[in-house]
Amino acid sequence: MRIGLEKTGVLMAAFILAATFALPFVVIKPNRILQGQGRLLFESLPSWAGIGLTAALVAIALCLIVRLPSAMKLVLAMAALVATVLALGWAAHTQLPPGNTYARVSPGSGLWVLLFGLSLAAVDAIARLKPSPQFRLLLLVVAIAIIGGIFASGVLAEISVAKEYINRSQAFWAEMSRHATLALGSMVLAFVIGLPIGIICHRVSWLRAALLNSLNILQTIPSIALFGLLILPLGWVAANVPGASAVGISGIGVAPAFVALVLYSLLPVVANTVAGLENVPREANDAARGAGMTDLQRLVSIEFPLTFPSLLAAIRIVLIQNIGMATIAALIGGGGMGVFVFQGLGQSAMDLVLLGALPTVAMSFVAAIVLDALVDFSKAPGTEARSA
Amino acid sequence: MSIWRLIPRLILLVLLIGFLASPQSFEFVFKPLVQANAPAIYNQGSLASLTFLHVRMVLFSTALATVVAVLLAVLVTRPFGAEFLPLARTVVNIGQTFPPVAVLALAVPAMGFGNGPTLVALFLYALLPIFENTMTALTTVPQNVADAAKGSGMKPAQVFRQVELPLSLPMIVGGIKISTVIGFGTATIGSTVAAKTLGEVIIAGLQSNNLAFILQGALLVAALAILVFDLLSILERSLMKWKAA
Repeated sequence: MRIGLEKTGVLMAAFILAATFALPFVVIKPNRILQGQGRLLFESLPSWAGIGLTAALVAIALCLIVRLPSAMKLVLAMAALVATVLALGWAAHTQLPPGNTYARVSPGSGLWVLLFGLSLAAVDAIARLKPSPQFRLLLLVVAIAIIGGIFASGVLAEISVAKEYINRSQAFWAEMSRHATLALGSMVLAFVIGLPIGIICHRVSWLRAALLNSLNILQTIPSIALFGLLILPLGWVAANVPGASAVGISGIGVAPAFVALVLYSLLPVVANTVAGLENVPREANDAARGAGMTDLQRLVSIEFPLTFPSLLAAIRIVLIQNIGMATIAALIGGGGMGVFVFQGLGQSAMDLVLLGALPTVAMSFVAAIVLDALVDFSKAPGTEARSA
Repeated sequence: MSIWRLIPRLILLVLLIGFLASPQSFEFVFKPLVQANAPAIYNQGSLASLTFLHVRMVLFSTALATVVAVLLAVLVTRPFGAEFLPLARTVVNIGQTFPPVAVLALAVPAMGFGNGPTLVALFLYALLPIFENTMTALTTVPQNVADAAKGSGMKPAQVFRQVELPLSLPMIVGGIKISTVIGFGTATIGSTVAAKTLGEVIIAGLQSNNLAFILQGALLVAALAILVFDLLSILERSLMKWKAA
């Protein structure tokens, strides 16, 4: 084989070609609930555009199979991703019967597989470029700018999911900020509680096993159940502790969801604090003691900076976990993106489910990319001094 | 496992079996949690059969995921699939940030309501930890051990069967352990899309404001998860000892 063949490229090309030729790109539905009819990519667009885009995708699939510079593949994959999303908006525009406000054009399985194949190609190219954390953050900003630009331009306004959004745009942003507040706020509180517990666990060894075991068991309680179980104690607090209901504590709603998220977050925080402190080299502590530092000084200026990467890793675990679990808060009236997911499931309106699920996934991805980059920063030599 | 760690588990197991065999005998525990005329024990179906269905669903999806994940991990660690290794690592890393509820919700349009989407979500969610652990285990087999095996005239398939796989088994079981525990929790969420699991008990409790139902569902799932976790931990440790021997 003189023209080097890329096996990974063959896999991606298979996804792209199957999506283009065998799976429906969009689904046209008589209304938001009923099942619809699928259209392939070249059937969804005006003839010349459909054929042009199909040909372009075939060309890109071929480019992925042969050995080319990774940077070039990244540019190709990103361009194809943008073109695919724009084509979706255009397809909705061409396929919607004029004047019919009930009909919906939904993304079909072909679109999802196509996006998956192309993202795989982009991710593979990025992984091969071995980017620095700075470059990864830059790529993220570029991606967000492009996606934001596409949404702001209104190209996608006629897609079914966008119509669900337009019908409830205020509620969408309210639930989005509620979701973010739940996830971030519970994480902050978990650190406020978990850090001291972790430090105590590190110094008092008999306490460590007992506490970590209890927190482990806590994690096995299913999230829906923990949300539900907190209704009673919080209801009691609201009724019996003066001022509690005034600050918004009540049996149902945000309070039990918030407390449950804090409880789930405690294990990663405490476990990583303990693990981080355990990894502090004995010499560092000995030197500090020799220099006459008190326990508190040692904690602040030696142990904490050296534990920092481990704590960042805990932030990553907790944030991703909380963004996912905050979705379930909707079941007990706690709000968040789960409101749309469960409303959509209840009405079997899948576009509404997507309106709730896609932003949740996007939030998780962004959190993961940003925190992975920060973890790499904190591990890079020479940065420990700055974070102290 | 020492006797002091074993006894609480045995008590838990006996309580679990006792409760499933005769839920009504435990009514006195749950009675204080409900209003005077509300049922204290789940009465919309058999707890034992829901428990059975719950366990069956988790075991089935995890078993399937184990087969697929181990096969894939073996593939990407052979010379043939080596090109896929960096990509596989990235995909696993990204895939694990996908929230379980989102997987479940996104599977519904493709599969409809019922057990289908939950099975798919459980399967996909179980794949990643098992795949990740198997891949790590296979790539960290000490080079000198593998070389020695090759040097003694073993064929690649023999090296794999007699050296790499046995050395990797404890970590593979570790991955299965993580997946199973996540699965027990995620399966409860499946009841929001009409899957037959213990989540039904919890959701019935949320809907009728019956704390006893919620607690029964929660305790059953937690007890199952803890017992299976322990069982797999014992297996992991004995495999580790066997590996050291």
